[in-house]
Amino acid sequence: MRVALFATCLVDAMAPPVAKATVTVLGRLGCTVEFPLSQTCCGQMHTNTGYADMAAPMVKNHLETFEPYEYVVTPSGSCAASIRHQHPWITRDYLDPELVDRVEALGNRTYELSEFIVNVLGVTDVGAVYPHRVTYHPACHGTRTLGLGELPLKLLHEVRGLELVELPEAAGCCGFGGTFAIKNADVSSAMLADKVHHILTTGAEACTAVDASCLLHIGGGLSRNRTGVDTIHLAEILASTETDPTVTAANGGQP
Amino acid sequence: MTATAGSGPIPVDPPRATNTGHLHGRPFPAAARVALGDSQLRRNIGKATHTIRDKRAIVVDELADWRELRAAGAAIKDATMARLDTYLEQLEEQVTAAGGVVHWAADADEANRIVIDLCRRAEATDVVKVKSMATQEIRLNEALADAGISAWETDLAELIVQLGHDMPSHILVPAIHRNRAEIREIFNREMGKVGRPAPSGLSDEPAALAEAARVHLRQRFLSTDVAISGANFAVAETGTVMVVESEGNGRMCLTLPRTLITVMGIEKLIPTWRDLEVFLQLLPRSSTGERMNPYTTMWTGVTEGDGPQEFHLVLLDNGRTAALADPEGRAALRCIRCSACLNVCPVYERTGGHAYGSIYPGPIGAVLSPLLTGVEDNTSLPFASSLCGACYDVCPVAIDIPSMLVHLRTKVAALPEKARTPERQLMRALAWVMSSPSRWTRSIRSMGLGRFLARNGRFSSMPPPISGWTATRDLPAPPEQSFRDWWAARAPEDGAS
Amino acid sequence: MTDPSSSRERVLARVRSAKATMTEPPIARDYRTAGDHDGADGESLIEVFIDRLIDYRAQVTRVADDDVAGAVSDILGREGARSLVVTLGYPDRWRPMGLDPVVDGLGQDGATLLSTTELDGIDAVVTTCAVAVAETGTIVLDGGPGQGRRAITLLPDLHIVVVRTEQVVPRVPDALPLLNPRRPLTWISGPSATSDIELNRVEGVHGPRRLRAIIVD
Repeated sequence: MRVALFATCLVDAMAPPVAKATVTVLGRLGCTVEFPLSQTCCGQMHTNTGYADMAAPMVKNHLETFEPYEYVVTPSGSCAASIRHQHPWITRDYLDPELVDRVEALGNRTYELSEFIVNVLGVTDVGAVYPHRVTYHPACHGTRTLGLGELPLKLLHEVRGLELVELPEAAGCCGFGGTFAIKNADVSSAMLADKVHHILTTGAEACTAVDASCLLHIGGGLSRNRTGVDTIHLAEILASTETDPTVTAANGGQP
Repeated sequence: MTATAGSGPIPVDPPRATNTGHLHGRPFPAAARVALGDSQLRRNIGKATHTIRDKRAIVVDELADWRELRAAGAAIKDATMARLDTYLEQLEEQVTAAGGVVHWAADADEANRIVIDLCRRAEATDVVKVKSMATQEIRLNEALADAGISAWETDLAELIVQLGHDMPSHILVPAIHRNRAEIREIFNREMGKVGRPAPSGLSDEPAALAEAARVHLRQRFLSTDVAISGANFAVAETGTVMVVESEGNGRMCLTLPRTLITVMGIEKLIPTWRDLEVFLQLLPRSSTGERMNPYTTMWTGVTEGDGPQEFHLVLLDNGRTAALADPEGRAALRCIRCSACLNVCPVYERTGGHAYGSIYPGPIGAVLSPLLTGVEDNTSLPFASSLCGACYDVCPVAIDIPSMLVHLRTKVAALPEKARTPERQLMRALAWVMSSPSRWTRSIRSMGLGRFLARNGRFSSMPPPISGWTATRDLPAPPEQSFRDWWAARAPEDGAS
Repeated sequence: MTDPSSSRERVLARVRSAKATMTEPPIARDYRTAGDHDGADGESLIEVFIDRLIDYRAQVTRVADDDVAGAVSDILGREGARSLVVTLGYPDRWRPMGLDPVVDGLGQDGATLLSTTELDGIDAVVTTCAVAVAETGTIVLDGGPGQGRRAITLLPDLHIVVVRTEQVVPRVPDALPLLNPRRPLTWISGPSATSDIELNRVEGVHGPRRLRAIIVD
């Protein structure tokens, strides 16, 4: 199966291991992964800050880049949600209403990674080995806007050696919210403090999620407080095997 | 079908709520900072919101057809809006036929004038009040006080707020920010100043505090001639108005006085009697987490020998028609004021209601307040959300609050005074980079150089605006190589099989 | 009323102008509507009703028609009520023994309308009801015979209400068609309560603090 990877701007620039892991997992499951180099950003930060007009050219670039592909997979619930639910109205209001059908069609064949593996490929055991104690944060846009529900947990349950510990108040937002973290830094920090506290009560070595952005935020809090707890993207856990384990600071290696 | 415009003068730009209303305050981030510093407040709100959200979840799960009820609730409200003029006229006709009098108020000032006038005609120096968001919105109590009329709140939480010279901080439980010890202190200190004092040796047990309120208000209920209420719903088809409540203070006010004045937002309308079968299931379960609230009173005009013999219904616009004219915002008028969205909101949970500066706090307040006032008078509220979506999940009439917030943000960013902000310039620069694959590739390549400025692979302090982030969070240093550069450089057979 | 500069005309004109861009959606009533009972039979319905009443701290007695008067007497005795009000149309055979009620109403049998102060001095009220809803434990009064005007069920601190089993309907959608919206209606689900202090539920504020239901087979 030929699959286009939308890495997202954040992963491309700041967290390449997440995209590499995504390529590894999809490859192991028999997909031919392509990374169209003309991709940039879904425009979500602009849209959610009130600059949907500025996001419009990014939306157009995204359509032109990914339209040739039958499947688009992204290691981000939030960006997948934006592509599916925001791109159509941005197109209608700021690009060309005639394009809306094509944008919607692209949104409908764009999948967050766990959604693609479970719902499209029909796989829950990806052959991963990750012998560590991990807790899972159900990032908001993936869980609510995309309706991922238990899909990431289904995958985690099948990972050999992984001890999954339940995160108290898991559904609570970590406080990232894009520019919210800066515009309302105090409230955001209070939300993050509670999230960090809950993660620490689990005794997990690492917190995982389907969004690198939330993990960047949570990881920033864990690091600032010198908790010794790490963050790891779901893709990195799924890519990990006995012979080629994913290494993070917290599990003893150097990332 | 598409509704068509009626005849007559068509105002292009419906007026927003007037400044007399209680709909905006100082910028949210600054107000939130103060609230966050109050650890007592945070404990009170955190405890209360967690209690109520669990109760709600249990009774909502009891109904197998919740999803269908929710969809019907949303559709009924939208259908009402699509013919609101017809239904308002029908309501007026029915109420009038049943012996009531209908008044129309374009804004807060006019509504207050109407009510003051009615109180004066009834020669009232005191009025008893049923908890009502609409009258809080228009600051009716303050207007009555200026006219020499004392308005006595009778809902326990509103009483706590009034006696404490405080502001409501929640739609359903206005005193949610107060704990039992604080309430006891307020009762002991204030009750005697305005009426029957709190009993001596008052404990801080909720039952004892409720008893103190009962005793304090009893004579007031028996002797006051005019009551003022809001309305939860009004049925156009029959002219029936209703109030849902728990304590019985509503029944007292709606039954015993000679004159009843009800101030109701024009969006409270539902077309038919049958429609109540949806809302009487949605509201109590979402609001107090009960299968049904203890008391619901429904009345149609006046009934000889039972209840008030004079009934006035004041229909309030105050920015609602402006919200109605906004295609992206009008769904906010579906709101039935249940406050479920407040109780699940991670922002509200930490700041409480006062930080919002509006009588409508929380997620619904962050959309409703700017819709009523216009975004120019409420520029910070649309940003008072992480867009986590918990509010939309629990909303019994399926208001997509996160999407609405994004649309309101767009309106804020488009305001003339925002034309030259550093934020806009930064966003424009980023958009310029991110709209072009080649600029983006070059840009993140140069970003990689930033890693040499980081310490231990992270930044702990950055200049504004990123300082907002690094005050409490580290920022990882950029990697040596972006993913795209890695991809472009790797052997073709690598990774992908 | 038709002055175009009046607020009425201004508000309506604004509504009409806004309406031009709106579409009226269809209303799908695919929730459980009236008569959609999931096979609940008579007896299980009463059981649910009783369960829900108790859940909201209303006490329940279930008796045969002949025993209603005795049940009322028992409750009055247990609660220490020494005065009672009923209204016209309350069945004589259901009147308690040993405590002569005051009758509130107009016109017949020397009955009069009591003042609110008089009503406030009465310990208990016993009434019939119009309809009851099992799923929510709700009793609806419509001011009909035996129920009276709203003040009599509001001021006495103990409300005893007699519900005939055939008056119990399964759910809210079943109750509405049986009610006349032009009558003043009071829906009662348990005694007066508040959750205003730390969201702890406390029974008993301004309305009757005690609700006792007698269910008659």
